[in-house]
Formats: sequence, structure tokens, C-alpha cells
Amino acid sequence: MSNKSENKFHIFSGHFGSGKTEVALNFAIKLKKAGKKVTIVDFDIVNPYFRTNDASKILEDNGIKLVVNNYASTNLDMPTVPLNIMSVFDSDDDVVIFDVGGDDDGALALGQYRQYFEKQGYYMHFVVNTKRPLTETAEDFIEMKERIEAASRLKFTDIYNNTNLGNITDENTLLSNYDEIKKLSKLMGIPISKNCGIKKALLNIPENLKDTIFEMNINIPKPWEI
Amino acid sequence: MSEKVLMKGNEAIGEAAIRSGCRHFFGYPITPQTELSAYMAKKMPKIGGVFLQAESEVAAINMVYGAASAGVRAMTSSSSPGISLKSEGLSYIAAADLPCVVVNMVRGGPGLGGIQPAQSDYFQATRGGGHGDYHLIVLAPNSVQELAYLTAEAFNLSEEYRIPAMILGDGTIGQMMEPVDFDLIPEPVYAQKPWATNGTEGKREKNVTETLFLEPSELEERVFEREKKYDVVRENLQRYKSHDTDDADIIIVSYGLTSRVVETAVKILRSEGIKAGAIRPITLWPFPEKVFKEVHPKAFLSVEMSMGQMVEDVKLACDCSVPVHFFGRTGGVIPTPDEVVNKVKEILKEVE
Repeated sequence: MSNKSENKFHIFSGHFGSGKTEVALNFAIKLKKAGKKVTIVDFDIVNPYFRTNDASKILEDNGIKLVVNNYASTNLDMPTVPLNIMSVFDSDDDVVIFDVGGDDDGALALGQYRQYFEKQGYYMHFVVNTKRPLTETAEDFIEMKERIEAASRLKFTDIYNNTNLGNITDENTLLSNYDEIKKLSKLMGIPISKNCGIKKALLNIPENLKDTIFEMNINIPKPWEI
Repeated sequence: MSEKVLMKGNEAIGEAAIRSGCRHFFGYPITPQTELSAYMAKKMPKIGGVFLQAESEVAAINMVYGAASAGVRAMTSSSSPGISLKSEGLSYIAAADLPCVVVNMVRGGPGLGGIQPAQSDYFQATRGGGHGDYHLIVLAPNSVQELAYLTAEAFNLSEEYRIPAMILGDGTIGQMMEPVDFDLIPEPVYAQKPWATNGTEGKREKNVTETLFLEPSELEERVFEREKKYDVVRENLQRYKSHDTDDADIIIVSYGLTSRVVETAVKILRSEGIKAGAIRPITLWPFPEKVFKEVHPKAFLSVEMSMGQMVEDVKLACDCSVPVHFFGRTGGVIPTPDEVVNKVKEILKEVE
């Protein structure tokens, strides 16, 4: 599905709450279904709630390997990287996905692996949601971009527009502030490679953006959903 | 047209507080409420407010005490173990009849417990928490939108009655993301504060904030006076939401996050022809006891993320006129809709 499959590492980073985890999970599942050998790393050292590890069953069912620190989703607030993290830099996976914790705080721990990412090739996808407070304009995102790139010592390669309003997302939400994202793309000099959303969020996507559609399913249910 | 944004519960409290005129926030980090402090740390300096990370929870609550005494809208937040530390200060604030808002995003306990969601601080919140005869106004939201609404309400109510108010959430309510529209929250209503220790400018007698009374009879008189105020609150402030109660054989009582689980359970039960209804207290103190006199189920079931705390208030509210059952998970475990459905079926088998 990705036309840039030459790089093994896909890092998803951005503001906390931008939807990185769901995007990364969907990305993993799509590639697996396309026949790739996929590992996903729960690299969230910030947030103990609503994280990749909460979808461990779905990942297991899909035959996707999950690398995660032993304390994820437990009662211990232990901001550590997974013990076996180095194994992903010496694996026979086709694709390794990093779901990084929010903001520069979450990206800080990435920096120590820069040499491995650079040697083997990586993409760092900037996941953006303009419906989040504090990240609504291109300028807000630029500030966030600079902080994340400084903390991780890695460079963003493209933008994933994941603008949504949770359960009230409709066909107008995704592109409601698209001018800001286009401005961001121009300022950063990187493309908007995907426009992400559940089926109903993608109904109004214009013809010229059809190639960028990234349809998602929600993998981490709310506790009251069955 | 009003604009919706997608926010975490903890962030929404911060934004609602700022919109309610709160410019003094004294924090201390603890999972799962830290995003509130983080939001305030980012926002307060931009709007001329104070964000201060105190050296401890004890220091933070006493900073609130000072700020509230000076008549400004002040706030602090924590999670269970941190609230225990703040309880002494809360007792002082209540004793001084000062308004403030305290947030408790409850996590598993007792002790250090865990970081996953719980409702096991119900007793602590609704019985005051610290020492002495006092109460907090306790508000229990079940969505991010309501979290924002009740935060604004908490500031207004706290000032109106001069009673500290608590937002009692849980880790998941604080962490989950939902759309929120801040145009739907109440406007700030500021009370006159002739008691504030905000400087006399040489024009009046000084005000003193005090909680020590040398004569027992004088202290008793103060406590009596405060109790009269509590009676007014008990009479006027009971809030709840209910659904499917008219013909219900069983009414499930739950608050906060658990009420979302119960809502799903009631839908399942109704689809199977079982007459289940639900009452969701929004004010936990005062407990909405009046509604329990207006409904006539064969049994009540209290569902909580605890070992059974609100269930005692349900028994008191219905005078044990029908059996009151309990189902709970604790330690950071959230009950599932299926578990609630099964418990209801079990109870109805016994009743019939």
C-alpha cells in the first residue's frame, strides 16, 4: 500500500491526543494484510492510558508482533522503553512501526536510536489534528514540529492529517481546517501524504485527494462499548 | 456557531476553569491527572494567571487556602493519594468558609494503589475527607463535556455557598478524549466577597481568616451556622439524571464513568424485555435522595468501581424500602456491560 516501502522504519509522532496510536495501529494492520512482516513498538513513555498495548489482542489476532515495556497498562507508572527494543534494529521484519508518546516529551527517548534509524532508513510521519486545542494553526504545528525534531534529533518526512472530533466526526471534519495543513506542508517542505479517517469521515474527499485516503477502523474501544 | 474541539478530560477542566475566571492554579503532578497541571502550565502564563507547581500536595492546598482567602478563584488537582495529603488543608478551607475547586481523578487504592481508574474515594469525598464536621460540594461528571460544564458550575456554586467544591472523576474520565463545546458551559457568576483578606487600603477594619476558636461554645456556634448552610444546599442542590425508571423492576444507580457502562447495560436489558432503569447522581454531596422517593422498583442495584460505598447512600435514600444490591470492580478494573447485565438477571431471579 505504501509507495515508499523502501524504508523499514515508520515513526508516528505528533501532539498528544492527535490520534497517533489509532493511525499507527491501522497502518500496521494494512501492511500486514498486504503481506508484510510487521512489528509495532509501543513507544509511549508518557501516557499510561489508551495506548498501543490496549490493542494487544487485535495485534495478536492479526499476526503483528508488539514490542512493549513490561509495565504498560499495569498499575505501575514506569516511563521506560521496552527492554527488547534493540531487537527491532536487527530483525527480519519488512516494516517496524514506532508509536511515539505525545509531544516532545514523548519523542525525547527516540533520539538515542538516531544512528540506527539513519543507517537503516526511516520515515517520521507528523500526525496532526486541527480540532485539538493548542494545535489549530500552522504556526502551532511548526512550534510542535520544532520541539519534537529537537527532542528526537530526527526529521519529519510527511504529514498525516487525522483531523477528527471523536464520535461526532462527520464528512466535513477532516478538511475543515485544511488550509492550515497546506500552509504547514509548505512551511515544512514535506507533503501531506495521507488524509485519515473512519469511513463516514471520508465521504466528502474531493477527487484530487483520493490518492491520499487512509481509511481507519477504531481499534481501542471505550469501556462502555461492546 | 459554536466551535467544538477534541479534548482530554483533564485538559477540558483546565480550559473550563480558565474561562470561569480561575487565574490561580497550584499543582503537584500525579497520574492520572497530570495533563490538567500541564495545560495550566502552558496557558496561565499567556493570560496573566499563576501556575505554580508546589513542593508537595500539602503546600499546594495551603496555597489554595491563601488565594481563596484573598478572594480569588483558586484551584488545585490531584489523584487519590494526593487528595489524602490535601485533606487537612481542605478541612481548614471548609472551616474558614472559603470557596475553591479541587479535582480528584480517582485511581485504585488504598495506599499507593495503582494508576488505573477507580471510584473508591466516594466516602472520602462525600463525608468531607479531613477532620471535623464539614462537607464539600461533590460533582461527578460522566463525559468530557459535562466535566467542562461542572467545572464552571463548581466555581459558581462554591462561591455562592462559600463551600469548597470537588470534581470527582476517575482516571479514565480524565484521560479519555471527547468533543467539547465551551459555549455550553455556565458563565462565571461572581459573589460579593466582603470577607476577603485583600487589603484594607486603610478604609475598613481588617478581615481575618480563622479556624481556631478558644471557647468551645463559640466553635459549636460556628459549626451550627455552617450546618444550616449545608441544609440549604441539601434542599436546593440535588442533581441527577435518570432514564427508563417509570416502569422499572430494577433501577441501577451509578455515577461517573460507570454510568456509561450502565447505560449500555440498560439498553441490552431493555432489548431483552427486562424492565431496567437507571439513576445517575451528578451531585454526590448532596446526594440526590429525593428522586429515590419518587420511583418504585422491586430492587436497586448500585454499580461502582469500589467495594461498595455509594450503595450506603442508596440504602439511606430509599430507607431500605426494597432490597439494595451491589456490584463492583476495583483496583483499576472497570465493570463491563455484560457483568452488569448478568448481575441484574441474578437479582431479578431472586426477587421473582
